[in-house]
Amino acid sequence: MKSLILLAGVATVAVGTMAFAQDDVDPAVTARQAHMQLYAHNIGILGGMAQAKIDYDAELAQIAANNLAAVAALDETTYWIEGTAEGTKALPAIWENMDDFMAKQDGMTNAAAAMADVAGTDLASLQGAMGDLGGACSACHREYRQRN
Amino acid sequence: MGYGRWISGFGVVGLGVAFFVTAPAPLPDDALIGADGTALIGDPIAGEMVFHAAGCASCHSAEGTDALAGGKSFVSDFGTFYAPNISTDVDHGIGAWSDHDLASAMIAGVSPNGAHYYPAFPYTTYSKMTPQDAVDLIAHLRSLPADATPSRDHDVGFPFNIRRLLGGWKFLFASDDWVVADVATPELERGRYLVEALGHCAECHTPRNALGALNTGDWMRGAANPSGDGTIPSVHSDDLGWSAQDIAIYLDSGFTPDFDTVGGEMVDVVDNTSQLSDEDRAAIAAYLVALP
Ligand code: HEC
Ligand code: HEC
Ligand code: HEC
Repeated sequence: MKSLILLAGVATVAVGTMAFAQDDVDPAVTARQAHMQLYAHNIGILGGMAQAKIDYDAELAQIAANNLAAVAALDETTYWIEGTAEGTKALPAIWENMDDFMAKQDGMTNAAAAMADVAGTDLASLQGAMGDLGGACSACHREYRQRN
Repeated sequence: MGYGRWISGFGVVGLGVAFFVTAPAPLPDDALIGADGTALIGDPIAGEMVFHAAGCASCHSAEGTDALAGGKSFVSDFGTFYAPNISTDVDHGIGAWSDHDLASAMIAGVSPNGAHYYPAFPYTTYSKMTPQDAVDLIAHLRSLPADATPSRDHDVGFPFNIRRLLGGWKFLFASDDWVVADVATPELERGRYLVEALGHCAECHTPRNALGALNTGDWMRGAANPSGDGTIPSVHSDDLGWSAQDIAIYLDSGFTPDFDTVGGEMVDVVDNTSQLSDEDRAAIAAYLVALP
């Protein structure tokens, strides 16, 4: 049984590598987009509560906010690699203004930490921290990302 | 920010159209007189909402500042335009202008000394602004601080530096007709006013023809990005697939339905629309969802 699982694992890795070889996506690009998806997933829980689409749940809000803060605290240097803008939504301006780009990451780290401080308190506190959090995302998307 | 494409057309058209249609026509003298024969009185509080809906600050305040000191640049194939200082400074801003001067600039695209403005200043849409909104907006502008930064000269070569030629462009393209002719409810009518008259949404979201005029057949169906990076998305409901509530939330918070966030130049637009009332955001959303 164990070896079957192992085999399945190997097969998955092999298929994954083949797919990678085919469309030539730099793993650094996959990593940073996954980082963004983790943001979107966790902020989706907080935003859903803030917009009253789902009921406020202090425990769940705290988990989402902690996750967001943990992701935002990661050092991202290994996946914003020069020369990887082509075919992605990242703009080459990132590498012309790396200091500013890092400052936008710091802004994100701070806004996520501020959310983690209050998300479990009550809905009003969560809603109060939402504006700065969304603002930290769009401050970076304004300069460094082209949606299409 | 780029509104470059219209420029490719205006010079050619201007040269081709007879000179007589190119003379600047300011607003009529009685444009700001109400139905009862007295001058309209501006309300600066109501004017602040007009200011946000019309997005004046997105262009006229430099990055990261609130003062309307100008400075934002618009790069095109024909040179670079700079939004001027429109703060209340008497020498460098609009401090010494009359209400009629200001209304003529916004609604007719004509300067106090009788020259045409370049359509990088979206007066072709502001031309549909109501006179009351114009005087309210002017009252609000007059309540804002002065800033003595001189306006930058545009960096445009011949023949595009001949303002007179803009008359041909205006003659052909400026229109007082609504693009969406039928609006069934007061909310849709309000939404149309906010989008087509004040919001100049179409300046970015609608493609232009070879002469630089908006292609109303593809109204709000997305366009090339004049800045050269990718495209500006369609916001027609066929393509967008968002509910009216999704759109209203985006215009308020910047979050998309799947919790991505707004980016690019749209961030500045959301900075403005987030300051409107819930009713006005809902009206804009209703208009977009109902687009034919
Ligand atoms: C420091 C800059 C920066 C910050 C802060 C930032 N983003 Fe991004 N984001 C980007 C860039 C650049 C891209 C494009 C990446 C690419 O295509 O390789 C992107 C892409 C995305 C994507 C699309 C990912 C994909 O799969 O293509 C989503 C979703 C997203 N961001 C959500 C968020 C959210 C939500 C936040 C705030 C919680 C946020 N981002 C904060 C820079 C940032
Ligand atoms: C999309 C960018 C943009 C927006 C939005 C915009 N303007 Fe402008 N504006 C310009 C540019 C560019 C010029 C210079 C035009 C020219 O020199 O021909 C200008 C010129 C002006 C002038 C003439 C100033 C002078 O010194 O001659 C006034 C007044 C003015 N704008 C007011 C406004 C007001 C009020 C609003 C909001 C209702 C507004 N503008 C919105 C770009 C913009
Ligand atoms: C200065 C150019 C500009 C103007 C003016 C503008 N937009 Fe946008 N809009 C954009 C860009 C660029 C995007 C893509 C945003 C991104 O990259 O995240 C966008 C995105 C959008 C979206 C989301 C579409 C999507 O697929 O993500 C909506 C809805 C929208 N705009 C509505 C409006 C409305 C309503 C107005 C007028 C009040 C307006 N826009 C005015 C440039 C503009």
